[in-house]
Amino acid sequence: MKYTEGPEIRDTKAPSGPIEDRWEKRKFSAKLVNPANKRKLNVIVVGTGLAGGSAAATLGELGYNVKSFCYQDSPRRAHSIAAQGGINAAKNYRGDGDSIYRLFYDTVKGGDFRARESNVYRLAQVSVNIIDQAVAQGVPFAREYGGLLDTRSFGGAQVSRTFYARGQTGQQLLLGAYQALERQVAAGTVEMHTRHEMLDLIVSDGRARGIIVRDMVTGEIERHLADAVVLATGGYGNVFFLSTNAKGCNTTAIWRAHERGAYFANPCYTQIHPTCIPVSGEYQSKLTLMSESLRNDGRVWVPLRKNDDRAPGDIPEDERDYYLERIYPSFGNLVPRDIASRAAKNVCDEGRGVGPGGLGVYLDFRDAINRLGRDAVEKKYGNLFEMYERITGENPYDVPMRIYPAVHYTMGGLWVDYDLQSTIPGLFVIGEANFSDHGANRLGASALMQGLADGYFVLPTTIGDYLANGPYGDVDEEAVAEAEIKVRTKIDRLLAVNGTRTPDSFHRELGKLMWDYCGMERTEESLRKALERIPELREEFWQNVKVSGTAEELNQVLEKAGRVADFFDLAELMCLDALVRTESCGGHFRAESQDADGEALRDDENFAHVSAWEYSPDGPILHKEPLEYEYVKMTQRSYK
Amino acid sequence: MNLTLRVWRQSGPTDKGRMVTYKVEDVSPDMSFLEMLDVLNEKLILEGDDPIAFDHDCREGICGMCGMVINGVAHGEQRATTTCQLHMRHFEDGAEITIEPWRAAPFPVVKDLVVDRSAFDRIIQAGGFVSVPAGSAPDAHSVPVRKEDADAAFDAATCIGCGACVAACPNGSASLFTAAKITHLSLLPQGQPERLSRAKAMVDQMDAEGFGGCTNTGECTAVCPKGIPLDTIARMNSDYLKANAK
Repeated sequence: MKYTEGPEIRDTKAPSGPIEDRWEKRKFSAKLVNPANKRKLNVIVVGTGLAGGSAAATLGELGYNVKSFCYQDSPRRAHSIAAQGGINAAKNYRGDGDSIYRLFYDTVKGGDFRARESNVYRLAQVSVNIIDQAVAQGVPFAREYGGLLDTRSFGGAQVSRTFYARGQTGQQLLLGAYQALERQVAAGTVEMHTRHEMLDLIVSDGRARGIIVRDMVTGEIERHLADAVVLATGGYGNVFFLSTNAKGCNTTAIWRAHERGAYFANPCYTQIHPTCIPVSGEYQSKLTLMSESLRNDGRVWVPLRKNDDRAPGDIPEDERDYYLERIYPSFGNLVPRDIASRAAKNVCDEGRGVGPGGLGVYLDFRDAINRLGRDAVEKKYGNLFEMYERITGENPYDVPMRIYPAVHYTMGGLWVDYDLQSTIPGLFVIGEANFSDHGANRLGASALMQGLADGYFVLPTTIGDYLANGPYGDVDEEAVAEAEIKVRTKIDRLLAVNGTRTPDSFHRELGKLMWDYCGMERTEESLRKALERIPELREEFWQNVKVSGTAEELNQVLEKAGRVADFFDLAELMCLDALVRTESCGGHFRAESQDADGEALRDDENFAHVSAWEYSPDGPILHKEPLEYEYVKMTQRSYK
Repeated sequence: MNLTLRVWRQSGPTDKGRMVTYKVEDVSPDMSFLEMLDVLNEKLILEGDDPIAFDHDCREGICGMCGMVINGVAHGEQRATTTCQLHMRHFEDGAEITIEPWRAAPFPVVKDLVVDRSAFDRIIQAGGFVSVPAGSAPDAHSVPVRKEDADAAFDAATCIGCGACVAACPNGSASLFTAAKITHLSLLPQGQPERLSRAKAMVDQMDAEGFGGCTNTGECTAVCPKGIPLDTIARMNSDYLKANAK
């Protein structure tokens, strides 16, 4: 795949001055919209997860006229609901040395020095407000006997700053945002459109002015116009087919916005989560995560000997290798996700993996049960243990869990500036859909934090500044008609092929290819292979896909086909991005770039930048945004 | 394993609908119920038939999107389990399995096994929230909450809004769903100011949607994937009575 290089991005709109004052400064410099004018301003928010749900609710509270869209039957279904472990906040309620600065530091370091300092500092600052807001909404966080909030530790941190609601923190936070959203629906400030899928962005006079959606029940193609558009459509992990994402998660909204001019940043940064339930067969439709919080008490090990097929209980202590504790004595089982995942892959590659196909490691609670008692373990992790048993048919109180890494989160996404605005004026991107805060690796319990920071606190301020600088005039009818025709043409094309393979069969093949060639470990050779194979497979897709039914009805095959088509294009850009970035950093591990111990080796001289890709029909154009570290000194990460 | 499925097929809200029989072969016991249907659907697509439409998303038992009546039981016979978390190892080789959508007047069928549950959203709109705009919250530690209350509130708050309670209830009542939210918020100090108005508004909306009344049969809690207890309904009724007595 050919690409060219365009001008660097120098201005990210972050204010200058001491880092702790920058967000205050920006809030003060942002123009305000007169309350009476707010209801005349229309904002579209696509997606109703933590970012989109909280943003739509907050914009409604502020008095804007909001339209909210989701593909599910209710905004409460968005995949944020599945987040288990918790949400970070620099409250320092424990007095264990936490602070805004430490959360900022941990996040920049955890992201392997590939995130922006200004954005991350703001995230850490806002984190404390999120907990206050959620508690006021009635989010039932875990509490101690004194009535105060409980916290726990998560990977990549040595303080206890993760607030949680048993193993269902995402659910409880999302329901808080959902309830706030429904309150605004009742108040008439938000108009909710469920079972609607965004299929294109309307760009008029260079500004984002609306979207084209398909009503998934009737098949009708609709146009919705606005003064600004917010995308909160989540990550693209389903490009791998098997991931911990919900089945419906897809890249279509951000990809089509990318085709309209929004730069796509760092697409190769994907997070492989170390603790997922291993694949059990060819029919597998998704992978299930076991919360990282389990690593607080569970110990990860494999047999010392290769191909040891004894039952785990029959393997004596001195023939077990607790490899994380051995290699990383100071962080032990709580090393960041990228490191834990790769370590699991390494021991399995050595032939010491357990379970079918040798693709698994043990996560063992025996010692925790002996130390704390079965009841205490059940109280902490009961629902996770049950979930494990339901899926595998094995009881983790008696035999250790078997886990293996799986695709979980994508740090890459649409490029945004400090205001969370993309390269298309008026198009804002929040939550997992943007790229901004996690660098090359996201720490556990930071996704919920970022989604809510963006939605409740950051976007509502910055979008106001954009809107206050309007009005931006009438929307060009031609631009709307052109977008609508483009959408209809694509649908007609998919239905017309009438081939012999289902969209899922293509998706599965693409996913396997991405996992093998652009997964936990990438090499120049594997990426070149992928870049050769993806266009061939895409060609076959457009020649041979079979989409049953019509466009004018509820048609889940058609929905799927449209999403798979976009995954092909995204997959190609991911591989290109991974090929160009010859260093290893965070979740992006290039086998050619490792130190003597096999750890990721960054190349700060050549790659301390964000790779922002501009779409062009003649091949992508790479814009580099240099990253500068004024506060956290760039070092090789060490968790030893 | 080989199975015979009898599945409800209905092309749209106005179609009368009918049961259609399908044979599914070589089902692995490790498959989830939905994966078994995926395999059947892949076959139907290639044969030029319309695949069976069903709602699903997270496939890990938390989003509440999936839901089928399996052999007459909402989400199937395994307790405390959503349809997506039900695995084929719980079925016998050669079994005949009937699969139907949630059946309740306020949940009209959209297509096949897909139903419209927007009535639930409208019940929440009526009052299932605490009115605190973003930015106005006091420090999280300013109001301690008894651990017992927080835990009980959490238990009620785990409702996933799937609608199995309605499908299982002989009266088509949404009491368990409504009571779960009322209980969650009424157990917490943050939920007190709107406690009675909330209960009244939500119950009235539930009635307006056409859900039936509760006669304490307990079918709802028996099928509830999250095991929401029946006593939440007593709390709802108590708050509702107090609200009306005012």
